[in-house]
Amino acid sequence: MPGKKPLIKLSYRPPNYETPLEYFRTAITSNDAFFVRYHLSNIPEVDVKTWKIAVGGDGANGQAELSLDDLKRLPAAEVVAVNQCSGNRRGLFQPHVPGVQWSYGAMGCARWKGARLKDLLDRVGLKKEAIEIVFDGADSGVSDQTPDFVKSIPAWKAIEDTTLIAYEMNGQPLPHLNGFPARLIVPGWTGTYWMKHVTSIKAVTKPDTNFWMTPAYRIPLGKFPLVTRFTSQESATNTPITEMVVNSLITDPADGTKVSAVRPATIGGIAWDGGYGIRSVEVSSDGGKTWAAATLGDDLGRFAFRTFRYSFAPSQRGKKTIMARATNTIGQSQTSELIHNPAGYHHNVFHSITLDVA
Amino acid sequence: MRALILALTAAALAVPAIAQEKPVELKKAPGLDKVEANCSGCHSLDYIPMNSPFPNAALWDAEVGKMIKAFGAPISEADAKVIADYLKKNYGS
Repeated sequence: MPGKKPLIKLSYRPPNYETPLEYFRTAITSNDAFFVRYHLSNIPEVDVKTWKIAVGGDGANGQAELSLDDLKRLPAAEVVAVNQCSGNRRGLFQPHVPGVQWSYGAMGCARWKGARLKDLLDRVGLKKEAIEIVFDGADSGVSDQTPDFVKSIPAWKAIEDTTLIAYEMNGQPLPHLNGFPARLIVPGWTGTYWMKHVTSIKAVTKPDTNFWMTPAYRIPLGKFPLVTRFTSQESATNTPITEMVVNSLITDPADGTKVSAVRPATIGGIAWDGGYGIRSVEVSSDGGKTWAAATLGDDLGRFAFRTFRYSFAPSQRGKKTIMARATNTIGQSQTSELIHNPAGYHHNVFHSITLDVA
Repeated sequence: MRALILALTAAALAVPAIAQEKPVELKKAPGLDKVEANCSGCHSLDYIPMNSPFPNAALWDAEVGKMIKAFGAPISEADAKVIADYLKKNYGS
């Protein structure tokens, strides 16, 4: 794909490509290795000369139109944040769940720079009755009968200081396939809300009911240990997916690597969560009976990947399975057994690799 | 139908900007022509092998139904049956 290193192709059209595991050895994922995820196949190249974001809706006092230059004239804010597809690791679900069969790479972490969404909404003024903010992007379906990809977030989430309309990703304009010229950044929440190529922002006084809010992107109520809720969208049985669950990934060495029995091997990886921040990562080499603390790397903020390292000294030759487990600052940890759900979301079972100690 | 033809043309034009799409070769069996004609306008056919061989007959019926009811695919009832049968026989569990 233009501007991208070779990524792992899941589907050509709409383009769904995941990032190979080797690019997760650092806390920041480079733009040319960042995963690509689309629902619909019409993805126009946006012309910044004519592109505008329309802001309004029945929950706003007025209307406004902002060009890219207008956006850049608002006070700039930055946040380092993980963008992870709700269905990352869906391909590991047993029993199988239909959908894009992602492995570990439908995620990335970047430094996003843009205007605060709050400042855009201040341009039009939110009514006190505004309960959700609805976003549309330039992409659409091939058939005009296909529901356009539209998403909403709660008004309280929209006005948080870290919720941005970003026009830079790691110091560069956004790549086309990551949302050029501007996308929504919802730190802590799964990628479904991070609308690409944003063209419309509407404050609304009634919950949005389009296909992509309901029945899509739903999780059963009460199954996951989540704190933030999207109450205007909750039904008696399910709720929209919101914040990411705590998770980690071993990136070093690669699965199946031969290591020496007489020298310690360095186990490396990353951990992340829904924005509470990582408190600890532990590593087990005995199938989870005992765990030892890994050393955490630089803290790039509570929404970022946090690297970890652990020195593993093998005590005997043969195959050895290494597992990692992250815990966040509010005490949430990963699961040892998959929490099954119909759409295949929130997979945070301990990741493991097997080393060949020789 | 006219809208769809226009849309399909637009999609074909948009393809080079998205990715180097290669043809996806599905199993040659009765019904493949209907699959190619009805499905590939909106999405590449790699979605089918990607989800195979796990779906049972009920799941493939549900997927075809979802494309029509949720995503608005203009597929006739007769074609939908042929497509579902092809998927069950060639890409089902």
